[in-house]
Amino acid sequence: MATTYRICPRTGLQFDTKAEKLMRWNAVAGVLALLVGGITALLVILTRWPAVKLLPADQFYMILTAHGVDMLIVWIIFFEVAVLYFASSTLLRCRLATPTLGWVAFWLMVVGAIVANVAIFGGESSVMMTSYAPMQAKPHFYLGLILFAVGALVSCFIFLGTLVVAKAEKTYDGSIPLVTFGALTACIIAIFTIASGAIILIPTFLWSVGYIKEIDPQMYRILWWGMGHSSQQINVSAHVAIWYLIAAVVFGAKPLSEKVSRSAYFLYILFLQLASAHHLLSDPGLGSEWKVLNTSYFMYFAVMASMIHGFTVPGAIEAAQRKKGFTKGMFEWLRKAPWGNPVFSGMFISLVVFGFIGGISGVVLGTEQINMLMHNTFYVPGHFHSTVAGGTTLAFMALTYLLVPVLFKREIIMPGAAKIQPYLFGIGMAATSLVMMGAGTLGVSRRHWDMAFSGAPFQYEWPGSAYLMMGLTGVFGLITVIGGALWILIVVGSLLFGKKLEEGTVSAKRTPFAPDTVASSVSSTGNADHVAVPGTMALAGLLLTAFVLYYFVNWKYLSEVWQLG
Amino acid sequence: MSAILPPAQRIWWKQPIDKIEWTWILIALTWSLFMFGMMVYWHINGKQNLSTEVYKTTREMYAAKAEKMVSEYQIRTETEQNIPVVKVPEGGDAYLIARLWQWWPILELEKGKTYRLHLSAMDYQHGFSLQPVNINIQVLPGYDHVVKITPNKEGVYSIVCNEYCGIGHHTMLGRIYVK
Ligand SMILES: [Cu+2]
Repeated sequence: MATTYRICPRTGLQFDTKAEKLMRWNAVAGVLALLVGGITALLVILTRWPAVKLLPADQFYMILTAHGVDMLIVWIIFFEVAVLYFASSTLLRCRLATPTLGWVAFWLMVVGAIVANVAIFGGESSVMMTSYAPMQAKPHFYLGLILFAVGALVSCFIFLGTLVVAKAEKTYDGSIPLVTFGALTACIIAIFTIASGAIILIPTFLWSVGYIKEIDPQMYRILWWGMGHSSQQINVSAHVAIWYLIAAVVFGAKPLSEKVSRSAYFLYILFLQLASAHHLLSDPGLGSEWKVLNTSYFMYFAVMASMIHGFTVPGAIEAAQRKKGFTKGMFEWLRKAPWGNPVFSGMFISLVVFGFIGGISGVVLGTEQINMLMHNTFYVPGHFHSTVAGGTTLAFMALTYLLVPVLFKREIIMPGAAKIQPYLFGIGMAATSLVMMGAGTLGVSRRHWDMAFSGAPFQYEWPGSAYLMMGLTGVFGLITVIGGALWILIVVGSLLFGKKLEEGTVSAKRTPFAPDTVASSVSSTGNADHVAVPGTMALAGLLLTAFVLYYFVNWKYLSEVWQLG
Repeated sequence: MSAILPPAQRIWWKQPIDKIEWTWILIALTWSLFMFGMMVYWHINGKQNLSTEVYKTTREMYAAKAEKMVSEYQIRTETEQNIPVVKVPEGGDAYLIARLWQWWPILELEKGKTYRLHLSAMDYQHGFSLQPVNINIQVLPGYDHVVKITPNKEGVYSIVCNEYCGIGHHTMLGRIYVK
């Protein structure tokens, strides 16, 4: 089947028309899920805020389940599918493999998401995102998730197929671009994740309809986390790819070294999934050796990979800025960066929040013994809001500011609001995550309707500071929700009312990469063009210092609790 | 814009790596290995490690053991629900049952003495969260998890359930006395 190609007049990127339509629809479906996720977020915040306590218990648990599923699964994976199509067909300047199948995948995901939401909002499926057996949801809760996962899996294979098409039709020369390589990493992890999900969700579905008598809770947890945590590694790979992409587009930045960045991605493929163990550290059925091996030896290679990306992305930006003449002192390159451009500010805040808050807290949480201080406390959602919302979601938001004019051919409306949106959302989310972690450190548990324990046979009074932290979670959470709502308003408003932009030339023939781009660009490492990046090294030093201090503070806390063995 | 283009040098894997990048990679590696070592070190020299002593059990078997312990060592009952308070001898087995929505029974321990605390659930998964100490352990049905504990301070401790277990989750509060 023939397709046409459009050259975007603003970026020079070439879009396969059929792929472009799929990207748009997947992105829009993602935004709709984010809208539902945002409304549920507001209700969750207003209930856990002790002074407000909006919803009754049954509705709270229902809304919390919807919030988890719609944010962590539906929003993020729809957007990632759009990114996969972009990173393959657009960046490799080729046609998308089997676009028809792309629509099948899309509708499977849509139907799956709707079915799961119907199950949740119908009640009796308030089992939380983790849906731990033996607690049982309605069969269509599991069925919806399975359909959605199958759709996502098909999309992954379309991405791989497109790589094959590009290779076979020789649309590019040499290796695939770094961003595509990052997307490939995400795709490989996604396939592993979905397979793991199938292994556990299918028997759980059969159990919910009565074909299987019992599901071992420990087995369920191990397999579930094979999906649950590695699915977050898809996000990490995807948003790191977006960091590289935005650095390249906004600054013309080149990776300091292709070898280093690609090796770091390769470490993700090898080791990230094993970090799943970090949710199982306080479980009874697993040995210490297994825990130490998975969370330390293996996870730390992935941590190292993230530390490398966290260095090479700002390093690439610094090198590019210095070449443009921003060479004064250690940080002129950063000060003079386009802070009013939401594409850049969103990306950079995402990097900082992910690294400083999400990264450090994740490693501490993933330390076998220290985990006992935080397991299932409010610290856990604090950690993953800084990684998934502050890191991934904000990176996706930043990318959208780039893609609305390119993909939807509309100008962004309300540029003033767009300027502040990443700050509102990013800083709001960072602050929210920090106070959540604070409350968790004091013991406040997650997924808990009433921290005052009304109706319990005994009383337990949390320290006053825990109430303060929970109140602050409400305040900062509200700011973050406003930031998120503003983004939806800007994006949807731009799609509907933004000034129509020129479409560019559409042709039935593919235009290859300009022949001189590859030859004329030189790498920055190991030749005369080389630029030192002292500012990045200073930032990295700051990260390491914060990391080391916080790590030991937690060992100190641990050493003061009851002796255990 | 080479991150979105094929690498400029076809043989990119033969490019040398910059000194500053090597430095950071080595720092990251050293720190990662150190953190690995730290967990092993704590197993040897630390006093807080989660026990791996676990037995498969059934709800009936576990409940029978807990009831036997209560009948032997009960010293009084508390609250309107007459929850038994059990004074476990030093080194003894203290059984704690997690079920909708209660920790049963109440335990009375002595400071500085070591006990074998058994944890298991009767229905769903629950979470043992000891406050204000803030020790958190997952409790699963079908598994008898034996944790050796040595309380280091006197006081009234609360056990909060921190794994979602249905609508009465927030009322699932237990108690341990340390004298
Ligand atoms: Cu419970």
